[in-house]
Amino acid sequence: MRILNASGCLDALAAPEVARQLDAFVTKTVTPLPREGSAPPRIAETAHGMLNAIGLANPGRDRFLAGNLPRLRELGIPLSVSVGGFCADDYAETCAALFGIEAIELNLSCPNVDEAADSAAEIVAACRRATELPLYAKLSAAHPDVAEVACAVAGAGANGLSLINTLRAVALDRQLRPVLARGSGGLSGPALKPVALHAVSVCHEATGLPIVGMGGIETGRDALEFAACGARDVALGTVLFADPGAPARVRSELEAARVEAGVANADDADGLSKSPETEEKVPA
Amino acid sequence: MQSSGSPSRLRVNGAERVGPYTLLRLERGGLDPGVPGQFFMLEAPGRLLPRPFSLCLAPAGELAFLVDPIGPGTEALCALRAGDEICVLGPLGRGYRLEIDRPLLVGGGIGIAPLPFLAEQLGGSPPVVLGFRTAEHAEAASLLPGAEVVVDPVLVNELIDPGCEVLACGPEPMLQAVAELCPTAQLAWEAPMACGYGACYGCVVEIDGALKRLCLEGPVLDAARVLAHAEVAA
Repeated sequence: MRILNASGCLDALAAPEVARQLDAFVTKTVTPLPREGSAPPRIAETAHGMLNAIGLANPGRDRFLAGNLPRLRELGIPLSVSVGGFCADDYAETCAALFGIEAIELNLSCPNVDEAADSAAEIVAACRRATELPLYAKLSAAHPDVAEVACAVAGAGANGLSLINTLRAVALDRQLRPVLARGSGGLSGPALKPVALHAVSVCHEATGLPIVGMGGIETGRDALEFAACGARDVALGTVLFADPGAPARVRSELEAARVEAGVANADDADGLSKSPETEEKVPA
Repeated sequence: MQSSGSPSRLRVNGAERVGPYTLLRLERGGLDPGVPGQFFMLEAPGRLLPRPFSLCLAPAGELAFLVDPIGPGTEALCALRAGDEICVLGPLGRGYRLEIDRPLLVGGGIGIAPLPFLAEQLGGSPPVVLGFRTAEHAEAASLLPGAEVVVDPVLVNELIDPGCEVLACGPEPMLQAVAELCPTAQLAWEAPMACGYGACYGCVVEIDGALKRLCLEGPVLDAARVLAHAEVAA
């Protein structure tokens, strides 16, 4: 099992010593044009979670390709570039310009921008025609049937899935006004973990694709639970904010959690959750 | 300048009331106090995210932070007792430039926090002016003996000699007023932060006319960098 960061939760150029603890670094989402992002306040702490409305702040495709990507390559860490946009062509044009990286993550589920007009499968299909790099589709668990979306993107040529993105949510201040300037934001942190485990489990069952599991992972035990639900790799997000040493810590805890759970190898944990009893409890 | 390895687990040596605030004294451990105006992320017990604090005092073997109990995180920090332990990351960000001829330290409310360490590092007992909302808040002036103190409705800006090089910390309206009065002032800004080391993109402030991360650009900013925005907006 490899340990990555969740897109948008680490700036490898600002904190290379944190990025070097990872097995691969996933960039913040790159859009065709530069985006300044949402007005502040952009973050709010909630019970067992936090909200963010960063709004896909990024330098845009051209500056990313000319400036950020070469500097990221110098870090010597396997790279995955998160690609975003507002129509299938936006995504495909960025994919076509990417090379010398390990994979592309297609951000199909940012809660802080207006929805892309094209469906997830249309976007994946357009990107598939544009690149031979492995494509990971990052999906939201807000869809009524995330496994159905997973099957659609698998059919369109996705090589893997990133599960899950934040969930759209609101937090109010003492005067009952939204804390975030944007109003709503994306919920992350431990509150998300059970939702993410379920999404990983049903998408793994439905597609068999490699899955990067994420959502509230704080400990090695959490990572092992994602493996048990079918994740091949995991990504750390919110935990990085409080603990920049989390990747190394989670890796060492994962080993102890594996021994305690009686699993021979974390990569073999897949299937632990599929006892008949569990299968009955997981709604289709 | 940046320090974003694993946080250090530090023991609480004591927590003393200073007016409505609490001076939280931690064992220094292996941490460097850094430059005045730099900040540390302190674990808020029972909360998901740490909170940013500039260093208030650096007694031998200790790091001391002034905490205003304004919410569940800061209230949990004020409730710490000697022997408790919390995780601390820092020093982070950019502090005050100290190579100046005629410093004047200006603080508003909890903005007094970085000034005692700043005065100590500048040496020579620099002049200090402090403004507070109430007499109770003004008890914090005991951290800076000799400071000139005003209480609302008198504003601290009225005590500023524009010929001085101002180093200020306080609420945003005060900082904006100081920036207009002294375009060369250095201002310690504030914003909600989840990480303190550039990862969360949550702490952006309009700097040089664009949204930039305060944890990397500041928290101490040259007044001209925030004034540029004010003029554009006007």
